[in-house]
Amino acid sequence: MTTTVFLVDDHAMFRAGVRAELGDRVDVVGEAASPAEAVGGIRRTKPQVVLLDVHMPEGGGLAVLRTIGSSMPETRFLALSVSDAAEDVIALIRAGARGYVTKTISAQDLAAAIDRIADGDAVFSPRLAGFVLDAFRDGHAAPSAEAELDQLTPREVEVMRLLARGYAYKEIAAELFISIKTVETHTSNVLRKLQLSSRHQLTRWAADRNL
Amino acid sequence: MPSSLPVTRLVRRPDRGWLGGVAAGIAEHTGLPVRRVRVLFAALTMAGGLGLALYATYWIVLPAPEGARRARMPRALEVGLFVVVVAGAAAILSTRFGFAGLFLPTLLSCLGGAVIWRQATVPDRELMLRRSRTSLGAPASDRMGRARLVLGTVLVLAGAAIVLRRADVSAVGDGLLAMVVTIVGLVLVTGPWWIKLMGQLGAERSERIRSQERADIAAHLHDSVLQTLALIQRNAESPREVARLARGQERELRGLLYGTRPTGGTLADELRRAAAEVEDAYAIQVDVVVVGDVPLDDALAAACAAAREAMVNAARHSGAAAASVYAEVEDDAISVFVKDRGVGFDPDQIAGDRQGVRGSIVARVERHGGEVTIRSTKGTGTEVAIRMKR
Repeated sequence: MTTTVFLVDDHAMFRAGVRAELGDRVDVVGEAASPAEAVGGIRRTKPQVVLLDVHMPEGGGLAVLRTIGSSMPETRFLALSVSDAAEDVIALIRAGARGYVTKTISAQDLAAAIDRIADGDAVFSPRLAGFVLDAFRDGHAAPSAEAELDQLTPREVEVMRLLARGYAYKEIAAELFISIKTVETHTSNVLRKLQLSSRHQLTRWAADRNL
Repeated sequence: MPSSLPVTRLVRRPDRGWLGGVAAGIAEHTGLPVRRVRVLFAALTMAGGLGLALYATYWIVLPAPEGARRARMPRALEVGLFVVVVAGAAAILSTRFGFAGLFLPTLLSCLGGAVIWRQATVPDRELMLRRSRTSLGAPASDRMGRARLVLGTVLVLAGAAIVLRRADVSAVGDGLLAMVVTIVGLVLVTGPWWIKLMGQLGAERSERIRSQERADIAAHLHDSVLQTLALIQRNAESPREVARLARGQERELRGLLYGTRPTGGTLADELRRAAAEVEDAYAIQVDVVVVGDVPLDDALAAACAAAREAMVNAARHSGAAAASVYAEVEDDAISVFVKDRGVGFDPDQIAGDRQGVRGSIVARVERHGGEVTIRSTKGTGTEVAIRMKR
């Protein structure tokens, strides 16, 4: 069964491009040009994956995630952005998006990312992986009830490093002599830490944006 | 009793009165007949001039109601009458109190200030109040305020010097006082004009800055974006060239918009600059991710040059459309990885003429105490790892 996908982007040309590129690899069940339109459309079509543009008028992808992110656990969100500043995307990740890719991604990689998201795994672009390494780099963790959330394990750091170096999941698995499933477990754990950690490098973005 | 009495303010009614509308205004406010009020003013004038003085004061102090019609008499006549009444009141009062030398300038100064104040609009008045609170301690940024302060001080001192030289000492007291009063009057009279001028200058300056910024952006868009779009149209049949042009333009626009244009001097800047050059020269996409950053020294510059050479190799030999560069600053060393998913090669069988890898990458890094690891598999790509001690 092909994955059902909903497109949210305020540029019609981009939506048409993604539709054409993805072709038969996924089943595009709907699209929307604004957060308000998206909320209605996603509730109606209940897609497996929503491709969510970060920068849109009326609050952007964040507005969509805030409205329905938690009420639809079966639907997963993949953030898309032209901005290569991962900081912009941290807010969406912390609001519940399961991954982030840039709009220059190839059709093949985008289809792979959609499948991975649909399976409940996380998708990291090299730049997002670099940001994670930066944010969790040194011991500047704020005091936290769950210290485990504020540190990456050595294995997780290794996985993030390889992602930042441009390795695919399969290549990471081969490099570290682990299964792809284990790689996915590591990235999902990192995503959870990214969403829940109270490290100031992460909370600072939140504070800057009144989250 | 009615629960709410309408609040009425005492105002002049220049549209109804004979002179300034003072009597008409008072009559309207108190409910007395106009004629009785006028007779009262006349009687008080006979009795030593008090009526005239009161009338003049009211004329100055009372506002005309918002949107009131103008006085029935022509403007020139109104002003003339105003001057006559005020001067008359001043003359009477000065003879009464007998110190004309001091009294007249004081009165005139106050009148001048009052006239200016009355003519100012509400925002102007707020501005005057605000400015007058800070003008003495004008901050260094307020050049106009500073100049005014200095000029005023000089004038006061010069005036004092003249008076002291000319006047006999007994008259100094009165003379100084008169001068101070005159100066205060002058400040009151010209102050609002200065304030208005300053406001206009400030508004003009910010408008000029804005339009300059607009012009800069327009110039940039014209020089780079429009040129690139023209080039893209002419190269439409060559996708590789179009991608190269678009990529270069994207990088430049990002630099303009987000201020991320490399300024040089650090590891991250140097790597991004090298990646940009390779992108421009070889139509390959090079993504750069850097974790941490340090200032460049000779060894790091060598590492960057080696990384650049690795990017060039990826562009020229791998056949891949993209390469990734990852650099991380650790406590005692830096690592740079250049990876592509191209055709790959066997590192042990580098042809003798391929000086790039051996000379430009490996030897260059080893000269500075670093090490290079090259991993390449036919068909899956190449990764060059450079490690350099800090």
